[in-house]
Order: sequence, then C-alpha cells, then structure tokens
Amino acid sequence: MMDILQIFLSDSFWAASLRIATPLIFGVLGALLCERSGVLNLGIEGIFVVGAMMGWLVAYLTGSLWLGVIAAALSGGLFGLFHAILTVPLGLSQHVSGLGITMFATALMSFAYRTIFPQVATPPRIEPFRALDIPVLSDLPFLGPVLFQQTALTWLALLMVGLVWYLMDRTALGVAIKAVGDNPDAVNAQGLSVMRLRIGAVVAGSALMALGGAFLTMSAFDAFFFGMVNGRGWICIALVIFASWQPRKALLGALLFGMFDALQVRLQTMAGAIVPGQVFLMVPYVLSIIALIIAARKADYPRALLKPWFKGQR
Amino acid sequence: MALPTTPVPHALPGSGATLLASDNRHEMTKPSPVLSLRGMTKRFGSVLAADHIDLELARGEVLALLGENGAGKTTLMNMLFGQYTADAGSVHVWHEDGAEIILPPGQPQAAIEAKIGMVHQHFTLAENLSVIDNILLGTERLLHLNRNRRAARAKLEALMIHSGLEAPLDRKVRELSVGERQRVEILKALYRDVRILVLDEPTAVLTPQEADTLFASVRSMVENGLSVIFISHKLREVLAFSDRIAVLRHGKKTGEMVTADADTHSIIRMMIGEEHDMPERTPGTPRDSVLKLDGVSIHPTRETRGLSDVTLDLKGGEIVGIAGVSGNGQSALARVLSGLLAPNAGGIEIGGERLAALTPRAALSHGIGRIPEDRHHDGIISALSVSENLVIERLGDADVQRAGFLRRASMAKNAEALSAAYDVRGPGIHARSALLSGGNIQKLILARVLETHPNVILANQPTRGLDFRAAAEVSRRLIAARDAGAGVILISEDLDEVLSLADRVLVMHAGELTETESRDRASIGQLMAGHAA
Repeated sequence: MMDILQIFLSDSFWAASLRIATPLIFGVLGALLCERSGVLNLGIEGIFVVGAMMGWLVAYLTGSLWLGVIAAALSGGLFGLFHAILTVPLGLSQHVSGLGITMFATALMSFAYRTIFPQVATPPRIEPFRALDIPVLSDLPFLGPVLFQQTALTWLALLMVGLVWYLMDRTALGVAIKAVGDNPDAVNAQGLSVMRLRIGAVVAGSALMALGGAFLTMSAFDAFFFGMVNGRGWICIALVIFASWQPRKALLGALLFGMFDALQVRLQTMAGAIVPGQVFLMVPYVLSIIALIIAARKADYPRALLKPWFKGQR
Repeated sequence: MALPTTPVPHALPGSGATLLASDNRHEMTKPSPVLSLRGMTKRFGSVLAADHIDLELARGEVLALLGENGAGKTTLMNMLFGQYTADAGSVHVWHEDGAEIILPPGQPQAAIEAKIGMVHQHFTLAENLSVIDNILLGTERLLHLNRNRRAARAKLEALMIHSGLEAPLDRKVRELSVGERQRVEILKALYRDVRILVLDEPTAVLTPQEADTLFASVRSMVENGLSVIFISHKLREVLAFSDRIAVLRHGKKTGEMVTADADTHSIIRMMIGEEHDMPERTPGTPRDSVLKLDGVSIHPTRETRGLSDVTLDLKGGEIVGIAGVSGNGQSALARVLSGLLAPNAGGIEIGGERLAALTPRAALSHGIGRIPEDRHHDGIISALSVSENLVIERLGDADVQRAGFLRRASMAKNAEALSAAYDVRGPGIHARSALLSGGNIQKLILARVLETHPNVILANQPTRGLDFRAAAEVSRRLIAARDAGAGVILISEDLDEVLSLADRVLVMHAGELTETESRDRASIGQLMAGHAA
C-alpha cells in the first residue's frame, strides 16, 4: 500500500503521465474537431502513422525537427482532406471511409519506408526533441520535472487545448462548427457553407492527429517502427466520447489514460513476480472502458454525427 | 371586384381592397412590388414539384400560399430562398429605392442579402447552441477573434420589445418549447432586417392561443412595412390573417383571390379542383365499455413526456377525440395502447380482462386495431409487398399460411379484394409498399385494421399529411367502424378534425387527460395550453 502511495508522490510518475498523454491530447483534440462538425474520422489510427513517419522522415532528411512537425501536420491534413472529400460532398459511409483511410495510410507508410530505406535492419535515428531547460522553472522541486522538463511538443499539445477551447467557445467559427455538427440545415439557412465548414474541420482535426503521431517518432522515440502507434488512435475515439466533445475534458481524459498507463508500468515492476505482466498491460484499457461507461451514459453526441448532408435534398 | 380564379400568368399584385385603400393615400398607381417569382420550375426525379409558377408580392402585404400536401408550396419557397436550385425561372426582388435585382439560384446567402427571411416548418436551429448564438450564426465574421456581442444583444432586446416576440437569449435551444423555438426562428430573420418574411406552416406546432399571439405580432410588423408570405393548409387562419390568397395544386398555381372576397368553398374548389365536403358527423350511440384505462402513469424520459394518472372509459360505438399539441403525452398513450410500453402504474381493462400492461400480441388478440402516427415507419414494412403488409398482423391465420408456408394465392386474392374495397392505388399488390403514396399507405393500413373488425381502434393522427379526399375517406371509414360498434380513440393535433369527428372530446396536456363538455375552440385551446377551463 505504501508503495502505491510512493508512486503517486513521485515526480517521475506525473512526468511520465503527461508524456504518455501528449499524443493522446493531440489525437482527442483532432477527433473532437472532426466530430463536432459531424464527421467521424476513423482514419485517425492511420493518420497517426502518417504523422509519425512523415515527421520523422522530414526531420531525418532536413535535419530540422520543426520542419518535420510541419510536414507531419500537412500530410495528416492531406489524408484528412481525402476522408473529407469522400464523406462530405460525396456522403459515403464515414465508418467505411475512415477504416479505409487507416488501412491505406498504414500500408502506404510501410511501403514508403521500405522503398526509401530498402537495406536497413534498424531505422536511422534522429536527434529528437530534448527536454526543455527553462532557468529556475525547470529546477523547481516536483513541478520542475513534471511540467518544465517536458519536450516542446508536450507544450504544443497543452497550447492546442487552449486554442481549440478558445476556437470552440469564443469564436464565431467555433459556433458555426458546433452548429454544423448539430443541424446542418441551420447553417445552410444562415448562408454559411456546410461543405466548407465540415471539410475545414476534418482537415484541421486530421492535422492535429498527425501531430500526435509525430510526437511518437520525434519526442518519445527517435525513429519510426512498424506498429508503434499501437491503437492510440482508437483510444482517442473513445476518449472524445468520455470528454463529451469538450476540449478541457479531452485534456482530462488523456491525462487519466496517461496516468493509468504510467501506473501499470510501475505496478508491473512491483508485483510482476506474483501477477502476470499482461494483467497490468490491460489496466489502462479496462479503466478507460469503465470511465467511458460512466461518462458515456450522459454523452451528448453531436446530433448530425455520421449523417451526410446534401444541398437541396428533400 | 372580379376575381381571377383561373391561372393568371402575371397576376397584378395587391388587387386587394385593403391594399388599394392604403395605396391610394400615397400614390394613385399600383402598390410597389417587393418580390416577383417568374416561371419557377423544379423537378424531383419524375415528379414535377413546381411547374412554371408565377407569384408577386407587394410591400406590406400578407400573401397566403395555400395548397394540399405535395402541391409545391414548400418547394417554391425553398427555391425562393435558394435552398433548392430552380430548374427554370427567376426571382426578382426590389430594394427600398426601387432597384430591381435578380437572385442567383441556389444561394441562401443571396436571399439573405436581399433581405428575405424564411421560417421553416422544420426548425433550422442548432439545439446545442444558445438562442443568441443561433441568431448571430452567419452574421459575424467567422475568424473575428473578439466578438462584440453587446451591440447585437442591444439590437435583439429592442427587436423583442418591438415585435412582442420574447425568447431567452442565453438558454440552449434544446431547453426551449416549440413555441419558443418558433419565436427564435422569427427573431433570427428579423435580426437580419428582413423585408420579406416567409412563414412555412407557422402554426402547425402551436396552441390556438400561441397562434393568435404570433399573428398579432406579425400583423404589427406588417404595418411597419414587412411583407409576408405564409404557407398553410388551415383555411381558418388563412381567411383571418391574409390580404391575398394564392392556391397551388400539383405544382401549378390554380388561382389567386383577394381574401376579403374568398370563402371556404371557393378556396377548397381551387385547392382540389372540385367541390368537396367533409363527411357530416352523425351522433354515435355508445354501448358497453370496450376499454378502460385506470390511473395509467408513465415516467417521463429524456425523449418523451410521460403520462400521469390517465383514466379513460371507451365505449363501443363512440369516437373519443384526444386533442392537444403534439408532445404532451399522446405518443406515450398510443404506445401503451399498442402494447409497446408498459405503464409504471395503473391498469388496463379490456374485454372484461384486467391487465397491468399490453403486449403487441395481446393488443392484437384483444381486438385493438392500430393506426400509427408515423405510417411510413411504424405502419408498414416498406420492403414488403402490399399483399404481405395486408396480412402482416395475422400471419398465423389459416388463409395466410399452411404449416408455416405462405399461401400466396390466397394472399393475392385477399389483397385484390381489399385494394378494390379501400381504393388502394399503386403499382400493384406485389409491388413494394414503399412505392405507395402516403394516402395509399394509410388506406392500406385502414384496410388491414378494419378487416379484422376490431373492438377498439386507435387512430393516431390518421389524416396528417393527407389530401382532402384521402382525409375525408379516412374519416368516413372511422365513422362507419364506429357505427358498426367499435370504440375509436382519435388522437389528433388538428382541433378542427377532433371537433368534426369526435363524440366526446378530451384534451391532453403535460401528460394529463382532461375531459371537456365544451365544443368551443377558445376554451379547448385554454385546456391545450394547460389553463383550467
């Protein structure tokens, strides 16, 4: 019991929670933006792979991490545009299109990797984002390691939470996005374009998802591996329901999942001899499902989610 | 004054007496037009929904657009507002200064800029937003970061006082009643300084009092120069409220007249092309009880209102009409009687047997015939054929199946006979019933229900959306079934229908059922609004 308390008091546990949460923060915000406009984006898992691969590749080729981040966002946005064109003006099934994007993107990235690096056994490494070193702040006890020794991408994720919150709650554009996800007829009748709003939201949301992938290769690790996204996209789809499509709750959900994950690693080392490690690996997912059951009962789905809209149809 | 009751290609606007009188004061010429629709045409698949319709609207005029369902009223207005792209025709609008512009087709933005506002029958509100967000949607620059709402709010508050239309600006739309939502819709248009306001069936969801208040507000706005087109099929309000009437039938304009010179008969003749009378109600002769509800209660859920302590004694040979605005518990009552919902308290007595709840099977075996509210969704299985749908409630009967195998020949004979008797028209008895029109689907359901000679008939909004002839046919059938001894429960939000058919009138409000002796619209309206009579 004391050991568990010890975990919660250690700064390394909280720092790890935030680190693990970072890609999820990007992903949930991205999914939130798409779904608020009425489009489910199950391409998220593949777009994570795109962000991871393209960010790392461009950083490797140019030597600039930030160029890599931009490349990740742009290529993620491009796959988002693909999904948006299929689901918004063409009105195809969002489930089928999204899953298709995931499979296509994942396969394309593997193909590109094999084509560009045909002979390597281990992927070439890049110099990843380093932990920030802010005078005074980084040296604070507890808060220093937890908050101020994170990498720039973690801070970018936190900044995005504020930005998306401000967009959705304080700008006319955010109001229009929320409206188009609730009742596209309302938006159309007020002279705004349903198509443009939805396509824009899906592209921007997909760019955010790709940043989550970029974090994996450019901050958490230093190279691209197959299977490294490992279901994080799917977790985001669940977390966005937990967050009830609100940016601040999205942050909370991502942090909770990060905590569970950080906790299970530490529990494994503590009790690994008694209980099989797989049980602990399960913990974050089981706890997420439980949290989801509790939160989703009150979930307030965007009413037009999954429903294609066509102009002038009766 | 001569009445143009035949198609008029370019009818002169505002030949109405009231208009001429007011215009004479200003100038001796014709009233200035604000809007002219010319040759508007729209085709949906093989259906010509609007066929070269011309329409003119003068400044300060209330034009009623009248027609049966499917006559093309809403299609025409949606073309005006740019929500449908017209196949042919043009929309001309005159500005205050007399400048004429032609609206590009298919662009709501252009209609909005020309100061045209439309209040749709199905509200176009985002329920997850506040009232003020809904009103301001599309009026602000999307990427403007610092929104100044103080000016907008002040303007809205002035508007609300001026128009008499109140709405809680900061509440979420999903928390509002339908009456409030409609006021928000109108405020949305007024906020953009519309000069032409289109109201699509504005009173469909309102109590008579709310409707009167609405018309009073609109009247006062018209006096300030607003021009209004309102779509309706309620003759009473058209006669009371409009200056001029234009009638559409099958996508064509069949006539125009000044309201002062119009009466119910002349309007109906233009709407359906012939004289037509609704069946006269003859008093029923109540017999023994066929169904009793005793203190039936249903807990409300997020979607539907519940019932509280509903007691009803239905006799054979009578029609009990349940009036009320939709959403006051009618659907819960219908679901209880259909066996789809078990009451949380109370009991049901049918055929001398007392039950806590009905199941669909028990409802059928106790002789409850069900005519559901949503006939397309709940009344038929649209993928099945007409002949299959006709026997869907008695698949076990010997003339339908033998040892589990359908007797197609016998089913076909049954379907041919019923189609002829009930005048079900369509592509044939083996065609998918989805291909039938709404009126024919309703006749199919009537045939299925009445052929089993039920003791109790639950008719939920049986004539909604039907044209005059089909509605009259349904009414006649219900009266005939009553005279044959069935007890009929007629749920309708059309008070006129209840008054014209029912032997007894009950009013449903907020889940409570109240019987009233009154046959007076005003006092029943009071009950519908929840005020004790």
